[in-house]
Amino acid sequence: MAGSGIIPLFVAVPLGGAFLNSLLGKKVKRLTDIIGVSTSFILCALSLVALRLYNANGILTHSVGGWRPPIGIGMVLDGLTAFMLVTVNFAAFCIAVYSINYMEKFTSKWKFYTLFFLMLGGMNGVIITGDIFNLFVFLEIAAVASYALVAFGTERHELEAAFKYAVMCTVGSLFVLLGIAFLYSYTSTLNMADMGNILAQSGNANITILAMILFIMGFGLKAALVPFHAWLPDAHPSAPAPISAMLSGVLIKSLGVYAICRIFYNVIGVNENISAILMFLGALSMIVGGLLALGQWDLKRLLAYSSISQIGYIILGIGLGTPLGILGGLFHLFNHSIFKSLLFLNSGAIEYTTGTRDLQKMGGLGSRMPLTGITGVVASMSIAGIPPFSGFWSKLIIIIALVQAGKFGYAFWAVIISVLTLAMYVKVIKYAFLGKLKEAWGSIKEVPIFMKLSMGTLAVVCVVGGMLLLSGMQGPFLQGAQEALSEGTKYVAVVLESIK
Amino acid sequence: MSIYLLCLILFSCGIYCILRKRNIIKIIIGVIIAEYAAHLFLVLVAYRMRGRSPIFSAEAEIKNMVDPLPHALVLTAIVIGLATTALLIGIAMRIYEKYGTFDITRIRELKG
Repeated sequence: MAGSGIIPLFVAVPLGGAFLNSLLGKKVKRLTDIIGVSTSFILCALSLVALRLYNANGILTHSVGGWRPPIGIGMVLDGLTAFMLVTVNFAAFCIAVYSINYMEKFTSKWKFYTLFFLMLGGMNGVIITGDIFNLFVFLEIAAVASYALVAFGTERHELEAAFKYAVMCTVGSLFVLLGIAFLYSYTSTLNMADMGNILAQSGNANITILAMILFIMGFGLKAALVPFHAWLPDAHPSAPAPISAMLSGVLIKSLGVYAICRIFYNVIGVNENISAILMFLGALSMIVGGLLALGQWDLKRLLAYSSISQIGYIILGIGLGTPLGILGGLFHLFNHSIFKSLLFLNSGAIEYTTGTRDLQKMGGLGSRMPLTGITGVVASMSIAGIPPFSGFWSKLIIIIALVQAGKFGYAFWAVIISVLTLAMYVKVIKYAFLGKLKEAWGSIKEVPIFMKLSMGTLAVVCVVGGMLLLSGMQGPFLQGAQEALSEGTKYVAVVLESIK
Repeated sequence: MSIYLLCLILFSCGIYCILRKRNIIKIIIGVIIAEYAAHLFLVLVAYRMRGRSPIFSAEAEIKNMVDPLPHALVLTAIVIGLATTALLIGIAMRIYEKYGTFDITRIRELKG
């Protein structure tokens, strides 16, 4: 099929980048940055090409090694996949540019880029694969690389957080593996479309319910839904800032939220009970994460708790299951990946110049670091839902969808937590950027050029992000993803058709 | 049936070990036990009572064959488990260097 040759590149390019970096980066220092940035730039460009191809040709499939699915492994590029690829690879590109300057203070930068691309390859693999066991393998590649990256500083706190994260996520992966084993024993196939086909024919058995519970535990742990969130507030702040941005910005979404969406909506088929469970978990994460974030004084820890809260919004929107709710959830997913990456990069910039993460020790930094201050304010306003920034529109859509569906209780909580989010980010702005400059920070300078460049780009996307909702822009980017989910198990028929 | 229950008990042993033990090395052993139980379950899924080995030949009729696919899956899962375990032990060694103990009740500087 025309253009389907692009599909395996999303896994091959990052793995190739990781390989080249580990081979050459140790010998030639300058080469590390060049390989790192060019690889992520190629991926970013490829994802935009993939989006175009999807809009021109519809769904694309690729058979790995020429073995036809359902016997071989299939890779599928549909609307949701194209949307997620653009989100992940764009954020990864900005973060790779940022790392050029930021990672100077660590030794062996090439190891950082190698692990970074292994993680990116795993995430792209999870997104693009059409085979459920292959999904598990890519999920583990991304997860193992992220354990190592959390421990990258090898100081006391990093190691403690990495151990906690690694043990909890390994248990989560085990639940996923058991769920896959149960589904396989029932359907005798691993291809997701074929599996969905057989499940639809044989009706809902108890074994599917068991597998669903295991998947909610496993992927819920990866997505850090309350009550599976305990690892996140330790792991995300302990990592170096670009990795925190990567983990909070895209990893929990591609491993957790995307996998939940794909398996529940497209393979098993969503019904009212699943929808109710997802919405409850989403609302719970939203409330608990928001309340816990409010009391934090460590900037990165506050951002990490806020991630839990925002993931709650996404799951609440997607779990609602109406087209508008799914659209809002996906749009919020995109926006959150932009502004949460930006906020973590801001916190990294502050740590880079002042060496502290404690909000009480900061103050007046906006006057010495104007760009960090401005981008920080833009991101904070965006996440808090102030018009006209992008976060406002996605939250508005989710709340409108909740009201339309008659879920007034959830809508009420979504509004309350939105106000709470505003409160916590006003706190961040007040203590970090405004106020009187402390004497200790009299001589600090703005961060180097590449960090500025990356933060500036992300801030621009935050400002113009709301434009994606205009009918001309919405069609190619969001609509395809929303249709892929709201059509549910029609995915099965479309994929099986395009394999033939 | 009883063999599935034994597999479940093995998995529960692993989870119990992760949740209750205070020594980091014991927690890692718990992870390994739970992992092996999951792998064992995958192999059990493939098992057929008095089945024959899955080798295709022209004259033999295809009947009551052991499912070969989960064996391939288990091999992959074992390799992934190896990587995870190696990383966990590496982190545990570094933790011992920094904190001088394996007791998780004394390794808790992160909270809030």
